[in-house]
Amino acid sequence: MRSFLRDFDLAAPRTLDEALTTLAREPGVWRPFAGGTDLMVVLEAGKLPPGRYLSLRRLRELRGILVDDQSIAIGAMTTYAEVMAAPVLRAECPSLCAAAADTGGVATQNRGTVGGNIANASPAADTPPALLVHDAELELVSLRGVRLVSYDRFHLGYKRMDLAPDELIRSIRLPRGRAGWIHTWRKVGTRRAQAISKVCFAAALDLSAGAPGAQADRAVRDVRIAVGSVAPTVIRAAGAEASLRGRALTMSSIAGCCEALRAEIAPIDDLRSTAAYRSQVAVNLLEQFLASASPVTN
Amino acid sequence: MSIGNSSPRREGRAKVTGHARYVDDLVFPGMLHGITVRSAASRGLIQDIAFGPEIDWHDLVVVTAADVPGRNRIALILDDQPCLAEDRVNHPEEPVVLLAHSDRQLLEHARRHVRIDIVPEPPVFTMDEALAARTVVWGDDNIFKRYALERGNVEAAFAAAPIVVDGDYETGAQEQLYIEPNGMLALASPAEGVTVWGSMQCPYYVHKALMSLFALPAEKVRVVQMETGGGFGGKEEFPSVIACHAALLSWKAGRPVKLVYDRAEDMAATTKRHPSRTRHRTAVSRDGRLLAMDVDFVIDGGAYCTLSPVVLSRGTIHSAGPYYCPNVRLRGRAVATNAPPHGAFRGFGAPQSLFALERHMDRVAAAVGLSPDELRRRNFIATGQTSAVGQVMRDPIEMGALLDRAMALTEFQAKRTRFSALNPAQRVRKGIGLAAFMHGAGFTGSGEDHLASVVAVEATGDGRVRVLSSNTEIGQGTNTVFAQIAAAAVGLPEDAIEIVQPDTAIVPNSGPTVASRTCMVVGKLIENAVVALKSELEKVGLPAGGYDADAFRRACADYIDRYGALRATARYQAPPGLKWDDETYQGDAYGTYTWAVYVAEVSVDTTTFETRVDDFVAVQEVGRVINPVLAAGQIEGGVAQAIGWALYERVLWREGRMANAEMTNYIMPTSMDLPPIRVFFEEQPYAHGPGGAKGLGELPMDGPAPAILNAVAHATGADPRSVPLTPESLMSIMGTVHA
Amino acid sequence: MPDPSTGSGQSPSRGSGQAGPFVEISCRVNGEAVALSGHPMARLLDVLRNQLRLTGTKEGCGEGECGACSVLIDGDLVNSCLVPLLHAQDAAITTIEGVAEGDRLHAVQAAFVARGGAQCGICTPGMVLAAVSLLARNPTPSLEDVRVALAGNLCRCTGYARIFEAVLQAYRT
Repeated sequence: MRSFLRDFDLAAPRTLDEALTTLAREPGVWRPFAGGTDLMVVLEAGKLPPGRYLSLRRLRELRGILVDDQSIAIGAMTTYAEVMAAPVLRAECPSLCAAAADTGGVATQNRGTVGGNIANASPAADTPPALLVHDAELELVSLRGVRLVSYDRFHLGYKRMDLAPDELIRSIRLPRGRAGWIHTWRKVGTRRAQAISKVCFAAALDLSAGAPGAQADRAVRDVRIAVGSVAPTVIRAAGAEASLRGRALTMSSIAGCCEALRAEIAPIDDLRSTAAYRSQVAVNLLEQFLASASPVTN
Repeated sequence: MSIGNSSPRREGRAKVTGHARYVDDLVFPGMLHGITVRSAASRGLIQDIAFGPEIDWHDLVVVTAADVPGRNRIALILDDQPCLAEDRVNHPEEPVVLLAHSDRQLLEHARRHVRIDIVPEPPVFTMDEALAARTVVWGDDNIFKRYALERGNVEAAFAAAPIVVDGDYETGAQEQLYIEPNGMLALASPAEGVTVWGSMQCPYYVHKALMSLFALPAEKVRVVQMETGGGFGGKEEFPSVIACHAALLSWKAGRPVKLVYDRAEDMAATTKRHPSRTRHRTAVSRDGRLLAMDVDFVIDGGAYCTLSPVVLSRGTIHSAGPYYCPNVRLRGRAVATNAPPHGAFRGFGAPQSLFALERHMDRVAAAVGLSPDELRRRNFIATGQTSAVGQVMRDPIEMGALLDRAMALTEFQAKRTRFSALNPAQRVRKGIGLAAFMHGAGFTGSGEDHLASVVAVEATGDGRVRVLSSNTEIGQGTNTVFAQIAAAAVGLPEDAIEIVQPDTAIVPNSGPTVASRTCMVVGKLIENAVVALKSELEKVGLPAGGYDADAFRRACADYIDRYGALRATARYQAPPGLKWDDETYQGDAYGTYTWAVYVAEVSVDTTTFETRVDDFVAVQEVGRVINPVLAAGQIEGGVAQAIGWALYERVLWREGRMANAEMTNYIMPTSMDLPPIRVFFEEQPYAHGPGGAKGLGELPMDGPAPAILNAVAHATGADPRSVPLTPESLMSIMGTVHA
Repeated sequence: MPDPSTGSGQSPSRGSGQAGPFVEISCRVNGEAVALSGHPMARLLDVLRNQLRLTGTKEGCGEGECGACSVLIDGDLVNSCLVPLLHAQDAAITTIEGVAEGDRLHAVQAAFVARGGAQCGICTPGMVLAAVSLLARNPTPSLEDVRVALAGNLCRCTGYARIFEAVLQAYRT
């Protein structure tokens, strides 16, 4: 335990209003503290910036999963375990549930939160690619009001987010109505559990139905491709998506999509892996997914 | 009968209830905590040690090299390692200053305010740089030790050979990663002497180191082993360092001091498995018989000698494997680099050299056009033949039978054919590979003679038998196996046996808990001592032929009444006929060997280049299985550690320092990463082991890495030559296209 | 350089916990109501070990990787090295000391002893709690369920197989 605790404070407001008031009163002084599964590790390594932390633990307003016809709203303090247990998420957001199941082990999943994972903004985080693929939108609150930010515009750069010092993430909203899409999620970690990802890949395909009995290539009505650990932030591979949208899935269009992905990622060498590996494996995962979705190229 | 019984672990109940006491669980009145301030530089002269103004240093206990009462050296083999750096440092993390205070938090804070100014000197970081010796960082030529052995006429054999196969193989450092970090609690003063309690494998190594550091006689130093949460060799020699540190702080403070490392410090600053590089050159006939072997084995010892000569010796001796070859040249060198000293880790040089050999043998097989199993079969050493180091193998050897069994259990040949046929069309490719090997049990050569181990047994007035040895329980089952052996020897139930906690004030020096010797060598001494005890009791009429527990108890009470304490000792005697030449390092290297064939079945995902071990079969001949559950547990755990070494465990070095010193970044296998490990034993009783047992704790480390890499080679057609074989390495060997 | 030789190891005016933020929380530990105090970000692991002297919970890594520090909070497995004291308010905490009922071992504990699930024992408290938590949620787990549930508890000694066998045996008894 390498931090000198006297340099730190942790307080737990009882209501969201109390929390927002504290943040507004001393902007930049208080940093939000969710489940602790990221920040306590940094504290113990002696690397957490000393100062005042605001625990969100007691804020009921940030918990719970609300469902209506249009969308699912996941409270920011929802744990991975709660995500994995929610029937609506299991049915409609399989990538998110797979990402939650691949995050740490049971103990991490019981305390780590979706909002905390987003706000920690690690480029290697597991839920962000899944959230991008599900077109997530963040509900940000402060005393000044509420604003909605599309998640694919939230991360601005390495550890920089569109989140003001007086704001908290209240919920993560996922639109419904994706029945029939084909989803995939794959995390390539340093081992099969308790691992930080080297590449994490999420994608979803909306393929048009072929004529009955026809072997014709199915057209891609819509597609989402998101990759983590290959750039300073999680990325939505817009270029790769564009290269595929509206086209049939053929060996040629798949190859083109893969090359587009390769061009828009920028992985690095670090303690866990290499740029060359991340680049190649990201492309391989995309190719494998698209090939498996296409009856002709299979 | 106790031998062969899966008696439950003696201290099992304490372990599953959380009541077992490890060193960090101890709290003494007035106790302080200790912390170590270490060099950030890899090599250089200490110019100044500055204590920052932010801290009131008068509140802390501060110790430097100047505070050492005796010799500022960790007594081991060459005694080149300072306990605390004096005027220079030779590796990153070298200990320089020690601090103590009652508040552990404050200590961490204070540590950051000690600045050690070092004038850097050019360091050496690789084996090649060390061997080139353009910069000399140790001795005259950066070489801690060298060995050279030659038999037959190697050059002539190469000149005449129809087929010659060359290869270079490398292994990386490996962190022992016992889940309990190193820790010691010391109570020391000039008046009373030194007592330490802690996590360790070898109480008498610590005892010797403390005697030397404090210039104290033996009876003024006491070392007590606490429950120890894993060792694997990482707590063989290193505990002497941390014990000396804790004791220095206590000596100065006049209070008990507990010094426990956190994980990052333990990983960065303590010993690891020696990295190695082996160069093989092998001449073979067209029908696959080994004609000549030329092996050049180099290990990286880090900055100080520690145990490198002994690691080198074992690695060199094992480098020719379980084969017969008439012309052999073995060379070994242990070199110095400016990294924290490397040290003992299960296998102790043999995993490194056997990895190289067994990966090489698959390439030799391919060059000759034989299957991997057939090449092995044609070259196994047989009883009566002479090994590479000049030992005539006297014990029965049945490598052929072990190979047959392993082949049958794994359907090796059928799978090899089937996988080769199916793989080209698959994204996930399968492979199967084997390794054949042996492991010498007990200390090398005359080592056991030099140890001159002694055990004692005592009988109490109520008929209990107390076993006194310095061999430690570190999870491998010492307590339980010793009790079984003693119970069998005395003919009483196991609950009549007490295993005394290793405490140098009480137990004799039965040698270290290393080298797969605890059951075989020390267990045999216990057997002998108990037999001697029984003989003594015959003086008071205990019938030699048999008796029950009551009769035994009465005899003990009677004896004690008449003669006083009842105690018998046994001292190690080498088995007759063993000859070893310390000068030429040839002869009977080990009293006996265990023999094994391991098979790994793998899947390689060509999308991600990840290798998964799907099935693992371990077949070994071990003399006699004293406790089947404990014995299988040793094989399973050793195989798991070796799978980690083969595929996951990479130490990333930056300027001699471990850059990934966290469990997040140094990857050991989780429960999701390991296959079922299927264990099979054969028994050829060894005359000098208790019940016929041979030592088996390290054997399982030797086989998995080459078996796995051979399987990956089969699956992919690639030619991996080093461990760990990470997905990144495999991708670059295979080429980046996953076609 | 100040003369360090007079250092006492004790700060006269600054004992631990007396300066800086300080909280008192109430919770239950192994069924008993307790009051805990300390810095709000103090690790629950340290508070259990040092204040309550419950030393069965172990520190293996301080990073939430090894699971040796596992405890149950409201029945859920958590790494106590990652729980700040403040977050233990109103928690029902179970440590390894609370698993057996007096002298009667829990089925998981008995199975560990019988099947060789513990070697050096340092990971065992966390493993037992992970297994107890699993069986409370899923009384009839498959081998794969056990593997996943224990994936956050690292063992260096056993290779895991006997631990899994012990957990499977426990629910059958």
